[in-house]
Amino acid sequence: MTNDTRAQGADKPALIVGVLLLVVAFLVGYDAAQQTIVATYGLGPTAMPYVVACGLVILGLSHFVVAFRGGLPKPEAADGKALLWIAAGLVCLIGCIALDGGFVIAIALLFACTARGMGRRAFAIDLAIGFALGLAIFLAFAKLLTLILPSGPLERLFL
Amino acid sequence: MDTLLSLLHGFTVAFEPAKLMFCLIGVFLGTAVGVLPGIGPALTVALLLPVTFKLDPGGSLIMFAGIYYGGMYGGSTTAILLNAPGESASLATALEGSKMAKAGRGGPALATSAIGSFVAGLIATIGLAFLAPWLVEVAVKFGPWDYFALMIVAFVTVSATFGDSPLRGLTSLFLGIALGLIGIDKLTGQARLTFGVPELLNGVEVTTLAVGLFAVGEAFYVASKRFRDPEEIIPIKGSLWMTKEDWKRSWAPWLRGTAFGFPIGALPAGGAEVPTFLSYSTEKKLCKYPGEFGKGAIEGVAGPEAANNASAAGTLVPLLTLGLPTSATAAIMLAGFQQYGLNPGPLLFAEKPDLVWGLIASLFIANVMLVILNLPLVGLWVRLLAIPQPWLYAGILVFATMGTLAVNGSPVELTMLFAFGFIGYLMRRYDYPVAPMVVGLILGPMAEAQLRRALQISLGDPMILLENPISATLLGIAFLALVAPFAMKGLNRFKASED
Repeated sequence: MTNDTRAQGADKPALIVGVLLLVVAFLVGYDAAQQTIVATYGLGPTAMPYVVACGLVILGLSHFVVAFRGGLPKPEAADGKALLWIAAGLVCLIGCIALDGGFVIAIALLFACTARGMGRRAFAIDLAIGFALGLAIFLAFAKLLTLILPSGPLERLFL
Repeated sequence: MDTLLSLLHGFTVAFEPAKLMFCLIGVFLGTAVGVLPGIGPALTVALLLPVTFKLDPGGSLIMFAGIYYGGMYGGSTTAILLNAPGESASLATALEGSKMAKAGRGGPALATSAIGSFVAGLIATIGLAFLAPWLVEVAVKFGPWDYFALMIVAFVTVSATFGDSPLRGLTSLFLGIALGLIGIDKLTGQARLTFGVPELLNGVEVTTLAVGLFAVGEAFYVASKRFRDPEEIIPIKGSLWMTKEDWKRSWAPWLRGTAFGFPIGALPAGGAEVPTFLSYSTEKKLCKYPGEFGKGAIEGVAGPEAANNASAAGTLVPLLTLGLPTSATAAIMLAGFQQYGLNPGPLLFAEKPDLVWGLIASLFIANVMLVILNLPLVGLWVRLLAIPQPWLYAGILVFATMGTLAVNGSPVELTMLFAFGFIGYLMRRYDYPVAPMVVGLILGPMAEAQLRRALQISLGDPMILLENPISATLLGIAFLALVAPFAMKGLNRFKASED
């Protein structure tokens, strides 16, 4: 069925996937080769990685074949800006947690950025909604489940 | 007789007020989250897993059962009213269901799916209760080699047999198995693929992978193509109730759907897609009004919905008796068990009969609750569908990260979530199935452990796998299932070149 959209020459995405699979296979195999502990009898910890690496090599090579025979399904054009906004939201979240900024601010940023990425144009309002949502979740976890989510200066005010 | 006694005992456990409460909360939460477009049962369970993190195992497993059934239920509501199936198992429902809703018969469509799910769930849960003890007796005799062979069958069926392309399915599976290698090897203490990052020593959490692939990946995917196909909710017009005619046309498809769903779900044959589509095409053939198919025939909703639910109960058979997950949802359920240090399998039936039979009994209760709760609450669920998309996906991401933060709030874990999300997006974009990856992650280390145990017993002789009749047969089946799609493709090509 995919043959209808057969492209001229090699299909780039399929080639890239093939290369990536070979890279992963190499990583798995290399890591196994570096290991020092061996089992006294039966299979050691390196056997399975080698099997997986072999499998990945076969799959990677198969992707090269596929690349010349129709390739992967052709996706629609993607909205890169939307992706970047969501990615930015997640990076903000990770940064905020890593720098002890606390759960609530992290969630507010994630919420606002994602909503922006999905097409809303009211960043400040969404920030406020995200803030309220984050605070509600934080308090619910702390009081009902006795589970303290990552806390920054703001969260400590409520504990 | 023993089964009935055990089941009765299970009901005494499940009818404790606290357990009933857990079941109700599970059913409610499961439906509410499952209704949200783009969220299937697998993700529903993964998102709600951290909430149960601190509860006692018995109660939270019962809650899980509720979430599982509720999520399925919510998914069909979305499929019918939004024509946006949250997972492949409700694709068939969406075909006729959304047509019915457009024709102003959304009420009866929802009703037949609800009652059909109830009937199927009930029959299939009875099947589970009677099949499980029998299978446990068989499973006790299983050696590590048999388990290993069984897992190989599950690997193949989950990734290669179904779906559009065995190559893409196997790629997804192998990446999952590779992820499963990360961490400390349980038999020797060797750290594998950790690259000196201490957070990786414990391995990759199944929930992190599942939430990343399903939730974050879905958010990326929807955002990337948000200018296309805006989804419209079809308002429910007219009565919710089914007419006499509707009943007459529904009951047989319910039973046939159950007959497809339960056995296929119980076999390690991967998921609910196959029985739902089998049921759909059967109903299409048997329907007395073939002209209605494609325009909203009630049989096309009743059958697949029943098949879907029956296979969900069927999936629990290998999960509970063998510890073998055969779908993404089951894989996450297994992670839920492991979170409490419980390993489903024959031993669990012997050691914790209260827990297992309480769980099975609560499946019955969850089913009853769902049918009582959901028909009157349809209005509420429809309102959930009306949440604007930006807020909906922002909220989904908030819940996704909340879960990860609650269990393990390290930036490394969050970064993995982000990375898995992006991988999930790319996989969706190029049509790679994501479920095999989740199954590979959880089943890979288990298969490795069984294989090594088998070879330790045989002193390193791999022939042990072929010398035992059960494992040899299973490996044969796996081999056939792996080769069949490629062979058939070859046949097709042969045919194509002929004409």
